[in-house]
Amino acid sequence: MPAFWHWFVAAGTIVFTIWCIWLVGWSAKQGPANVADDDLVGHKWDGDLEEWNNPAPKWWLYLYFITIAWAVGYMIAFPSFGNYEGMLGWSQEGQYEAEMQAATETYEPIYEKFAAMDFMALTQNDEAQALGRSLFASYCTTCHGSDARGAPGYPNLTDDDWQWGSAEAEIFQTIYNGRMAAMPVLTPALGGDQGIDNMVRYVRSLSGGDANAGAMSAKPMFVALCSACHGVDGKGNKIFGAPNLTDDIWLYGGSAESVRETLVKGRNGVMPAHGELFGDNRTKILAAYVYSLSQN
Amino acid sequence: MDTAASYNDKVVRQFSIMVVIWGIVGMLVGVLIAAQLIWPQLNFDLPFLTYSRLRPLHTNAVIFAFGGSALFATSYYVVQRTCHVRLAFDKLAAFTFWGWQVVILLAAITLPLGITQSKEYAELEWPIDLLIAVIWVAYAIVFFTTIAKRRVKHIYVANWFYGAFIITIAVLHIFNNLAIPVTLTKSYSLYTGVVDGMMQWWYGHNAVGFFLTAGFLGMMYYFVPKQAGRPVYSYRLSVVHFWSLIAIYMWAGPHHLHYTSLPDWAQTLGMVFSIILLAPSWGGMINGIMTLSGAWHKLRSDPILKFMIVALSFYGMSTFEGPMMSIKTVNALSHYTNWTIGHVHSGALGWVAMMTIGSIYSLLPRLYNRDAMYSTKLIDVHFWTSTIGVVLYAVSMWIAGVTEGLMWRAVNSDGTLTYSFVESLKAVEPYHYFRLLGGLIFFTGMIIMAYNVWKTVSDKKPVPVAVLDPA
Repeated sequence: MPAFWHWFVAAGTIVFTIWCIWLVGWSAKQGPANVADDDLVGHKWDGDLEEWNNPAPKWWLYLYFITIAWAVGYMIAFPSFGNYEGMLGWSQEGQYEAEMQAATETYEPIYEKFAAMDFMALTQNDEAQALGRSLFASYCTTCHGSDARGAPGYPNLTDDDWQWGSAEAEIFQTIYNGRMAAMPVLTPALGGDQGIDNMVRYVRSLSGGDANAGAMSAKPMFVALCSACHGVDGKGNKIFGAPNLTDDIWLYGGSAESVRETLVKGRNGVMPAHGELFGDNRTKILAAYVYSLSQN
Repeated sequence: MDTAASYNDKVVRQFSIMVVIWGIVGMLVGVLIAAQLIWPQLNFDLPFLTYSRLRPLHTNAVIFAFGGSALFATSYYVVQRTCHVRLAFDKLAAFTFWGWQVVILLAAITLPLGITQSKEYAELEWPIDLLIAVIWVAYAIVFFTTIAKRRVKHIYVANWFYGAFIITIAVLHIFNNLAIPVTLTKSYSLYTGVVDGMMQWWYGHNAVGFFLTAGFLGMMYYFVPKQAGRPVYSYRLSVVHFWSLIAIYMWAGPHHLHYTSLPDWAQTLGMVFSIILLAPSWGGMINGIMTLSGAWHKLRSDPILKFMIVALSFYGMSTFEGPMMSIKTVNALSHYTNWTIGHVHSGALGWVAMMTIGSIYSLLPRLYNRDAMYSTKLIDVHFWTSTIGVVLYAVSMWIAGVTEGLMWRAVNSDGTLTYSFVESLKAVEPYHYFRLLGGLIFFTGMIIMAYNVWKTVSDKKPVPVAVLDPA
């Protein structure tokens, strides 16, 4: 903070604190108590509004003074007057780092002992699975649901359909670095409403929908526009995270309206990166747990 | 009677009636969104009935429509009575009434449409903000000109608080809402990042401190001694706690931003000054309660005094709870939980609404040339509905908040969280029912009040009241 603002803050703090102390002193020094009914301040408003001048209760003055004294002590001990960092050297970043370090020392060994274990063995190990379940409950359920069955836009993790692959390295990568999938807006290329309708029919026909003439008329367009990611046969490509369109699993819904929305508005799927948060050991245990979800 | 020789009670009557109407509207919206938290389908899949749009409508309606009308009504009444002159500028005062109603109407239209600045308690977009600023300046001119024309030397303590409230709200409103308009319904704040956050909570906490506290202390300082028929307990205490309160409240905002990107020093200052705020706040409570002391027997027959003593008790409780919640370690547990909601409502329902209701019951008969409200019995019924309602509400939210806070920080032996968010939501669901029940009971009291007010005013033609000569 620039020196001017440092002194501005410090001066304001000190002036206001002194102001409070002065008020307490002023009140304590006022003359003796006027408690008799006829001994009023002498002002009178609206016919009958008057004031006594009783002293403030002693306990109240003490309370006031104690809070001020405590505040002064606290301001000396902790960061307060602008750039002043406090005698204790406390900062919220420091507190955070200390707590994180303590947590790492306490918890990391629990995960570390599984570091060398084989991935498939982890999927069978009860203790590792329990840890994976806890991690999943803490970090994954917000999007994938507490039953891991997903929601529109968030993949179901209990089936055997893997958008980004099911090998150890692929699941690890998905959790550690995250994933981004983009379905572009195709409206300008599809040739108006009729073209969009035909494409919707064609895409749905890939998974067993009615393959009528209108649908088939969109096939050349599919090969030209969609096959780069979804493949000519529509079976998808895990390198791009492009879903398989020939099964009946739909990431964003398989109704004509949903497919149409996907084509017209595009989609953006994001799996956030958790590597920095988890580190290697947790990511591996969680990956094994996620894999095991699809094996039941 | 010559106009100058009588009080301007017309504008007071207008605002007083709107207090009841906006109270009912604001609390009804509150009850609806409390119900939506249990049955989300109550938004009927209509965008303008969704929780996200109705919640700001609820807060704006109860704070600025209900609370604001109460402050206008009582400040206009009190400043005339305690300055022994007619309110300055009849037309300007009328403008503040109609202008304020237009603001409320615009809020009731734009907020459900989703037009918002996304600043809590400052959601209204820039054209409405400009209108508010103009009305507020008019309010200040009317109020302070009346003070300047006063026929007594000393300015009564209630007017100090009203005056501080009027000046501070003008400053807060203008600076927090500085923005660059893009269209009629969209603007971008002048502030960015953490500065925006700090401005917002400097505004937000002082809206509590000056709108909902200083203003209502002004109300307390007139209506409590009036209703009790007793002198104010201590002039000296009122001096000390007034000058402390208005100096210290300004610093408390950063306690809303503990453990955020706000620099440590600002968090520290927000916290320590919030702690210092305890005694100045209690100064007002002590002065109110000690003024009632000696009139305890009146509580048996006067439910209006019961409203006031319970309001002061809730004021004391909330202003103890607030400093405690501002302590970093407590805040780490309470922040983002329903505890905050409980705290706000023990202040808003317990202190603000009950002080308002008591004052309006005290005020209305005088405005309509009657000795008393139509039914004292119904005031008593209203008192009990309010008290039971606010206790149910606050207690259920305290339990829910602490439950959430503890569940969110619970950690397994492997370092993972013990509970998912949904589990904490399920754990507090029962308290959502109690909250709704408390709100409904409080709301029922407002309906009873509306009936009582209607019976009190409908067949009475108000007569001008002569300005009293100073004693």
